[in-house]
Amino acid sequence: MKKITLIIVILLITAFHSNISFADQKKNIDHITKNLRCLICQGQSVYDSQSDFALSMKKLIRNKIKAGNTEEEIYIFLKEKYGEWIVYEPEVNKNTIFLWGLPLILFIFGGLLIIRKVTIK
Amino acid sequence: MKNNKIFYFVVILIIAIFFVLLLGLKEEKNYSPQSDFKKLNSSISLKELYSGKNIFLNDLLINNELNLINIWASWCLPCKAEHPYLINLNEKFDINLIGINYKDNLENSKNFLSDLGNPYDEVLIDKDGTKSIELGAIGVPETYLINNENKIIKKFIGPLDLDDYENIINLIKK
Repeated sequence: MKKITLIIVILLITAFHSNISFADQKKNIDHITKNLRCLICQGQSVYDSQSDFALSMKKLIRNKIKAGNTEEEIYIFLKEKYGEWIVYEPEVNKNTIFLWGLPLILFIFGGLLIIRKVTIK
Repeated sequence: MKNNKIFYFVVILIIAIFFVLLLGLKEEKNYSPQSDFKKLNSSISLKELYSGKNIFLNDLLINNELNLINIWASWCLPCKAEHPYLINLNEKFDINLIGINYKDNLENSKNFLSDLGNPYDEVLIDKDGTKSIELGAIGVPETYLINNENKIIKKFIGPLDLDDYENIINLIKK
């Protein structure tokens, strides 16, 4: 009887653990594919798209996660294959510095204007 | 005076942003392959269509001649359109032609080749499309020209046409 209980407990723990890791993996795949542009369906992410390309890409990402690749490693791999265009979030470099810096400049400038207006009053 | 300076600064900034965005609108929004010479991923292994044996893509590339990798499928109509060009390339020129069959039914792909002719020196299968993604493909048909250093020197997205065919011949003759 004790043996049967032990086996049931082990099976339950294993099932619970594999469910959690499956959910984690799914969350991770969704997170990565939402940041990837579907290259053959304009305006859709790989996550949203059901094209052949997107389905294969999802499978590849699942395989890479299973193989132990990190999110960053997957982005690097895909950027090497398809260029910076594949990711929605561009990295900071000399071509994108204006894109990243402008909102900050406008925010600081706007903030200074508001402070000035308030202090003058 | 100081307020005027701020006003002019804001106006110039807005005009600058306007022109940056205007330039951005003129940029090509569709994906176009990068033209820089990338080395082929040597770790890709695929099954051979007829024998089912696993083969590393790198092992099939011949070092002293140009290699052409063509991704195709029997269900893809543009692949039928480009097929005569591949047959011609194989018959008339010294080029190593490797076909990668993409997400296809094995019987259909074999029938496709027996009906229209087999231009390939080797035919490999990519059942789930992941190997083609590892090569940097976005669909079918796609063709890559590989030089003797295993670098992709030209990518053709979509079916090969007469211009592409002549382009390839010129590169073979170089």
